[in-house]
Amino acid sequence: MATQHSRSAARLMMAPAVILLLGWMLVPLTMTLFFSFKKYLPMRGDSLENGLEWVGFENYVRFIGSSSFWPSVQATLVIVGGVLAITVILGIFLAILLDQPFWGQGVVRILVIAPFFVMPTVSALVWKNMFMDPVNGILAHLWRFFGAEPVSWLSDASLQSIIMIVSWQWLPFATLILLTAIQSLDSEQLEAAEMDGAPVVQRFFYIVLPHLGRAITIVILIQTIFLLSIFAEIFVTTGGAFGTRTLTYLIFQRVIDSQNIGLGSAGGVYAIILANIVAAFLMRIVGKNLDA
Amino acid sequence: MGRIQLKQVKKSFGDVTVIPPLDLEIEDGEFVVFVGPSGCGKSTLLRLIAGLEDTTGGVIEIDGKDATSLPPAKRRLAMVFQSYALYPHMTVRKNIAFPMRMAGLDKAEQDKRIAAAAKALNLTDYLDRRPGQLSGGQRQRVAIGRAIVREPAAFLFDEPLSNLDAALRVGMRMEISELHKKLATTMVYVTHDQVEAMTMADKIVVLHAGVIEQVGSPLELYRAPRNKFVAGFIGSPKMNFIEGKEAAAHDAHTIGIRPEHIDVSTTEGHWHGTVGVAEHLGSDTFIHVHGVPGCSPMTVRVGGEIPVRHGDKVFLTPNLDHLHRFDAKGLRIA
Repeated sequence: MATQHSRSAARLMMAPAVILLLGWMLVPLTMTLFFSFKKYLPMRGDSLENGLEWVGFENYVRFIGSSSFWPSVQATLVIVGGVLAITVILGIFLAILLDQPFWGQGVVRILVIAPFFVMPTVSALVWKNMFMDPVNGILAHLWRFFGAEPVSWLSDASLQSIIMIVSWQWLPFATLILLTAIQSLDSEQLEAAEMDGAPVVQRFFYIVLPHLGRAITIVILIQTIFLLSIFAEIFVTTGGAFGTRTLTYLIFQRVIDSQNIGLGSAGGVYAIILANIVAAFLMRIVGKNLDA
Repeated sequence: MGRIQLKQVKKSFGDVTVIPPLDLEIEDGEFVVFVGPSGCGKSTLLRLIAGLEDTTGGVIEIDGKDATSLPPAKRRLAMVFQSYALYPHMTVRKNIAFPMRMAGLDKAEQDKRIAAAAKALNLTDYLDRRPGQLSGGQRQRVAIGRAIVREPAAFLFDEPLSNLDAALRVGMRMEISELHKKLATTMVYVTHDQVEAMTMADKIVVLHAGVIEQVGSPLELYRAPRNKFVAGFIGSPKMNFIEGKEAAAHDAHTIGIRPEHIDVSTTEGHWHGTVGVAEHLGSDTFIHVHGVPGCSPMTVRVGGEIPVRHGDKVFLTPNLDHLHRFDAKGLRIA
């Protein structure tokens, strides 16, 4: 890409992809913004053909003024934070374990990845009906075996249950990325630290953890993108009840249940703002790991 | 203090014995070089001393105390690795401070030692850089600095110069020798380069397939190699070996003569042959002579310049005072 000519040729050849991606992003965004300023209730006869009534910021005021808005933001952040903490910490632990040589390593590694291949809807249903069911679930049997009263997970510990289900799905992803990172650690560095008198725990904190910094950052950023919009797990388990209504779920209810497209669109814009705030925080905290 | 004794030390990986039982004494303050071809077990031996590998049998004593099952950190040895093994996320200062921090030294003492090491190794201007921002030679010096500040009983070097370019290697070779003179601490140095071994060592240990072939000062090994392997390994260019009638005339199975102990003449001599490749280095000329019975090509070193070219006929005369004789098993005949 040295000459003027090859640079302009490159720009020309990249143009279709850039334009396509831009359109892909811009069209829905513009439509969301457009609807968010309109009164659009299809069941009440509003339609694009008849023209929609301009209502200014009324949808925005109503969405944020609703009593369920702040709890939903809180639920979203709790779920994202909880799942991130569990997957990163357990992921590091599992990655270190899987990095040790043991018999049947290949099979175990494939088994560890398996949950990632299960569809969110299916895994949530399996957890709901086979594990967390207060009458027939395995956990209920376990509790009764030890003489304890079975927990009705999805109603009494709803948020924790959702975090558990989602963590189970995302743990393989974190483990896999962290495992490849651990495998790239130069063993001479660990040996040097050992010679320098660092015991196992110190070796982990001074050598292994800094080495994993970049991989952890990538896990956190990628997972956050997907976790902000989890939906199926909530839809098939609690249906948004018991304090598990996330911002995504609230938007879904406004658009589908209440058939208020304008209000939902305003919620969508809030979701974009929330995602950007979270992203800004994350980049501030972990983004420096991506340099150098 | 840094006296290391190996008694019947043995190492196997599964069924494969890398080092058969071996005895070795390293005196306090000595510069000992383990030299041998790749895969001869020299690095494994060093790692056994360091404690990074467990011995399969035998006893390792450091300063008269049994250290065989001591963890590496407790042996008071510092190691410089081939890859330097610097901690990439720490500055040079923190890298050098790391062993002291682990030992719980107070801050003032740490700073004092860092400053001293940095001064000795010309690193003062680089203390706040990361290893990634340093050149190969500088990284090497940081690794040495990290070893020095611990004030260990002995230094272990695992092929520390093999990642440097030729010019730097010569420089670092001298720096490490200087350092040894200054610190007078035991150093154990592993290399496959016999030039490094010859120039730096007080004592060379020649290893071949895990077995010690000979232990001695560089010149002892040069003058009186115990067998054909040592004779061929020590000295550059390699010793010429002649078998057959010529050897039988000296009551030996094989005779060896170093390239620098052969005189070249264009008119008369003991052997004659045709010049193959002639390497003109200016200070020396290495001539590869073809057609000498029992040894072809024979390498000859001539001091200075000599006007011979490919295809010329030359006569060679060995200096019989420097002839080495070996029996059928390759052992030296005195």
